[in-house]
Order: sequence, then C-alpha cells, then structure tokens
Amino acid sequence: MTDFWTVLGIWIGALATLSIWSFLYKDNPFYKFAEQIFVGVSAAYWFIFTIYNVLIPNLFDKLITDFNSNWLLLIPGLLGIMMLMKIFPKYDWLGKYPIALMIGTTAGLSLVRFLETDVINQIIATMINPLNSGSAVVAFGQVILIVGTISGLVYFYFSKKHEGFTGGVAKTGIIFLMVSFGAAFGFTAMARISLLIGRLQFLLGDWLGLLR
Amino acid sequence: MSKKNISQHSASNEGKQISKIDRRWIFLFILLGVSIPLLIPFGFEIEVTPNVKMVYDLVNSAHPGDRILLSFDYDPASKPEIQPAAEAMIQHAIDKDLKIVAIALWPMGVSLMNEIYEKKSDNLNYGVNFINLGYTAGGMVAIQSMGRNFIDVFPRDANGDDVRNFDIMRDVRNFNDFSFVASFSSGTPGMREWIMVAGDSYGLPVTGSTTAVSTPGFLPYINEQRQLIGLIGGLKAAAEYEKLVGIPGTATAGMDAQSIAHLIIIIFIIIGNVAWYLNKHKSKKEA
Amino acid sequence: MKYKLPLLIAFCAGILMILSEFIPRRPFSQLSGTLESWFLIIAGFAIVLGQLSLLKLNIMKVFSKSENWQYHLAAIISFAVMFLFGILFGMQRQAGLLGHGEMLSNLIGSKPFDYIFINLYQHLMAAMFSLLAFFIASAAYRAFIARSLESTLLLSVSVLVMLGNTSIGAAMTNSLPAYLHLPNISAFIMDFPNTAGQRAIIIGAGLGVIGSSLRLILGIERSWLGGK
Repeated sequence: MTDFWTVLGIWIGALATLSIWSFLYKDNPFYKFAEQIFVGVSAAYWFIFTIYNVLIPNLFDKLITDFNSNWLLLIPGLLGIMMLMKIFPKYDWLGKYPIALMIGTTAGLSLVRFLETDVINQIIATMINPLNSGSAVVAFGQVILIVGTISGLVYFYFSKKHEGFTGGVAKTGIIFLMVSFGAAFGFTAMARISLLIGRLQFLLGDWLGLLR
Repeated sequence: MSKKNISQHSASNEGKQISKIDRRWIFLFILLGVSIPLLIPFGFEIEVTPNVKMVYDLVNSAHPGDRILLSFDYDPASKPEIQPAAEAMIQHAIDKDLKIVAIALWPMGVSLMNEIYEKKSDNLNYGVNFINLGYTAGGMVAIQSMGRNFIDVFPRDANGDDVRNFDIMRDVRNFNDFSFVASFSSGTPGMREWIMVAGDSYGLPVTGSTTAVSTPGFLPYINEQRQLIGLIGGLKAAAEYEKLVGIPGTATAGMDAQSIAHLIIIIFIIIGNVAWYLNKHKSKKEA
Repeated sequence: MKYKLPLLIAFCAGILMILSEFIPRRPFSQLSGTLESWFLIIAGFAIVLGQLSLLKLNIMKVFSKSENWQYHLAAIISFAVMFLFGILFGMQRQAGLLGHGEMLSNLIGSKPFDYIFINLYQHLMAAMFSLLAFFIASAAYRAFIARSLESTLLLSVSVLVMLGNTSIGAAMTNSLPAYLHLPNISAFIMDFPNTAGQRAIIIGAGLGVIGSSLRLILGIERSWLGGK
C-alpha cells in the first residue's frame, strides 16, 4: 500500500511542477491555484514547525518540567503573547515592547559583529604587500585588489562631490563594481540553471524514469 | 523632433526589434538545452578549483573521532544546488570517522538533513557519530548563544530527547568542542552569521557551501585572516567535491546540462547584441 | 509611555549587548546570555505572528470577495489541512494531540504533515524558483546589450564567468596556454577584480549597518514604532 502512496506522491509533485511551469506559457488558473496552495501550505508549515521546534522545547517544556528554575521565562512568554496582539489593530501597540527588545538586541550585536567582520577584518585583508606574493600574476592581481577596493569605496563616499581627482577615482571604482556585477550575473545564471536541473532530474528521473 | 526625442525614439525602436522574438522560444531552448544532456550525458571532465580543495583539505585535516558542526541553512528552493555538497561532505566525514552534530538555522533544513541521514543511515550510528539537533530561531543571536553554552540552545534533539543522554553530546560545552563548522547556506541567517560570530568572535574555523548567487559576495572572506576556509559555491563546486570524495552524485550528473544551458544563454546574448547593432544602424539611416 | 518605554528597552538591550562584547564577565555576560535566550523565544512568536497575519489577509480577501478570491480560499483550505494534520498527528518524531497517528502513518509511509511537505510543498517551492532559469535567459537576451563601456564590461565578464565555470569552458580551452584557459581567467576575475568590488560593497554596507544600528539604539531612528 505504501508503494501506491509513494507513486501518488511523485505524481502530486510532478503535477505541482507542471502547474507552476504553465505560467511560462501564460498566466492561467492552474498556476494561480498552485501558487495559493503554496502560500497556504508554507504558512502552516512554519506555524506548526515553530510551535514544535522552538516554543515547546525552549519555553513550554522548561516551564512545565522545572518551573522553579525557569520561572523567569514567563517574561519572554508574556512578551511573545504581546507580540501576537499585533494581529488585533486595537492592541497592536502592545507588540512594540517585544519588538523593542528584538531590535535593541539585534542592533547591539550587529554593530559589534559588522564592525569586526565586515569593516576591520576586510580592511586588514586588503593590507597586503604584492611584492611578497610568489608570482607576477598574483602580484598583479593583488595590486588590482587594493586599487579596486579603495576606488570602490571612494565611489560610495557621497559626502564629497565626484569631480576632479575624486571623480576619476570614483570612475575607476565603477569599473570594478561593473566587473563584480557581471560576475554576479554569471553566477546567478548558474544558480538558476541548477534549480532547473534539479527539477528536470525529478521529472525525467523520478517521475518518467528516463534517467539512469 | 529634438535630438533627445530622436534618441529616445530610436532606443525604443531598438528595444522593440530586440523583443520581437517571442520569449517562449527562449524558454523552449533552455528546457531542451537542459533536458537533452540529462538524457544523453556527454561526460565533460570536471576540474577541481582551489576554493573547493580548501574545504576538502579542512575536512581531511580533522582527526578520527573529532566532532564537527554542520548547519543546514537552506530550504527546498535551493536544494538542487546545496544538497549534493552536503551529501558529499557527510560522506567525507563518514569516511574520516568524524562525529557529526547537525543543526539548522532554517526550519526546512531539518527535513532536508533527515533525507541525507536516511540515505546514509547504514554508516551513521545515531547518538554516537551523528545527531540531529533540529532547528533554532534567532539567527546571529542563536549562534552567539551557542558560543556561550551550546546545550542551552539545544537542550533536546530533533526527536525531543535530552541531548545529554547521547555519547556524541556528553562533553559538549561550546564551540571549543568542535573542529570546524560547515554552513550549507542559501541566505540569512547562514554563512555570513557563522563567519561573524563563530569565526571572527569565537575563533571556530568556518567553511561550507552556498548558492552560486551568493558565491561572489563570499569570496572576500577567503583571505589571509582565514575568515572563511574555502567555499563550495553552487552546483559546479558541489560536483568538484563529489569528484574529490570519489562518489559522483546529482551535481556531477547535472554538469553537462549546466554547460549547454550556459552556451544557450551566451548565444542569445550574442543574437540580442547583433540585432541591436543592426537596428541601431537602420534607425540612424531612417532618422 | 507607548513610545518612550520601547525606546528605553531598545537602548538598554543594545547597550547591554555591546558592553558584554567588551566586558565578557558577570554581570554583563550573564545578562546578555539571558537576553539571547529570551530573544530566541520571542523570535518564535514573531514567526507565528507572521503566519497568522498572512492567514488574516487571505480571510479578509475572501470575505470582501476581492478579485480572484477563490484562489485565496484555496490558500486558506490548504493552510487548514496542513495545520490540522500537524496539530493532530504531529510532525517528524514529535507527537500531536492525537499521538503519532500510527495507522495513517503506516498506510502512507510517513505522517500526513510530512507527506504533504515532501510530496507537495518541496516540489511547489522548487518549481517556483526554477522558473527563474527561464526568465534569466530571457532577461540576458533583452538587457545585456553593449551600449557603453560599463555595460560592455559587465557583459564580457558575465560571459567569461559563465563559460569559465562550466566543464565545456575548460574543454574548449584545454589546448591553449594556461593564461588563456577559461577556468583560469574566470578564477582570476573572481579572486581579484570581483573581490575588490565585493569588498568595497561589504565595507560600505558594514559601515551602513553600524550607522543604522547606532541610530536604532540611540532612538534617532524610530520608524519601527509606527505612527508619527
């Protein structure tokens, strides 16, 4: 009997895929229907998943099994319920308190982490001596790296008008940014094609059984 | 007609000429370009790149019995790209006799991790050399919390059992008890948060796999500071890892299709440019 | 009170997190640890809120009979079905209100919630994102025109990277000298000029995040409070 349900599952997956792909021809009821089912199932999945995997182990379980050691968790529990009040327009102001806690915590942590990882360490990583690199190609590349990083940053510096020397450096920066965007496009195309490959491996392999 | 109007007119004319081809033809070519190589593979050779080799070397440098942390930070949308890399790395860890602690910063990562576990369950002894701790919300804050006290964030495994009952978790306190963390990441929270907190703040070596879309943005972290140690960026890199591990999988099978699809896109770019160039000359003459 | 207290909470939480980084000792480390564990719980409620809001929006569309309301009804029904299966029989190895629903699980091979996730949801999501493969090809054809120096550069780099990152690119240039081998050209572009551009973006964006974090902690940025 399980085999029947396995085959049915593959057919459901194949029909769902074809319904979504029907949009490539033109917008149609099959696509719209599949799209809304996707929205509904997705919302329920997140909802149920969060209850079982976040709220029960981190809050309810701890409160039920050992209340005396964990009574302080009543505070985030209460803040969580206040957060849910945002669903009712009359009481949505109650949600500002838990959001304040989340925003403050995230902002405090982000400030320190971004400063260290994305600013200080990235600047240190650019302080390289091309003369110490083993080969001419790497040395040339490292010069490009230093010039590109500095000129790119100058392009993002809007407190000074981009004219004269600053304008020239900023223009060089644009060239490096264009190279980055071109590379990003190449990689994006690669990623999207990979997703299509995954789908076709399912349709041609699991569904139609044409792949070895 | 003013000069500006003429140029606007000719630009829109060129645009119309370029868009003359019904885009559904392009869709059809892409569909065929990917399907045919999947059905009839050509078997192009796969070259291993330094970033993938770096990841392989990091896993290889761990000693048998070492504990590693794998974070499944993706969902079914990017499964075709990332799952093959995760599978290959788990196989590599099994071959090296490493202990795998699996977690997820994305809820659906847990189910995808389970799929791999079921495939490899013959070689994985739950609670001894593998454990699935499930999902935690909170992203960067959760990682920070793991660095202070790992068990506080994951008191129970994905099945709801106390993690202290398992051999693999018995003496785990914080990140010092892991050799490295590998994030299989397709967005936020994911690899960037692991670099920021586990890597730069707690000194745990960070590696992993990302979608090709985010690969260019992660390359600056592979530097002398060793913020990120190697990267499996996209399906091509996953195929390279499969080659290094010696077990060709879905990534390797998709490489010919990837090549042909890229060629088709490039051919269409060339056609688009030639059409634009010819129309530009035509419009100039007419103007 | 409705505005000042949230601002004060955000300020205290932010300052505490910063202090605990520079003074990783008690009481700061303990307080920030507590704050982090609270955060995880509140984040869970935030996810639940997001899904409830989405459901509310769909219900309102159906009741107001807005355009295409029938499709929104499909969203509500699929939410209800998935939700009921999850609540009644649980998911994966967690039990629901009626236990594990062994009879049903044995029949279909997994819990109904997991069955829908594996056989419907995963495929819908993967199919939705695979559409982008078709659209990116069409977009490349229409938009990638060498109109200026910058666009020519963008176009050439993306073509080189696309070819260099496939096996066919390597096969085509195997017999050429190493510096003309496409994967090597692509690797050089990615490791140096691309990294330079990306690094400028990372540092710029990092400074932006630091600025906006400070504005949030100090209460200069208040748009999250809504209203005024």
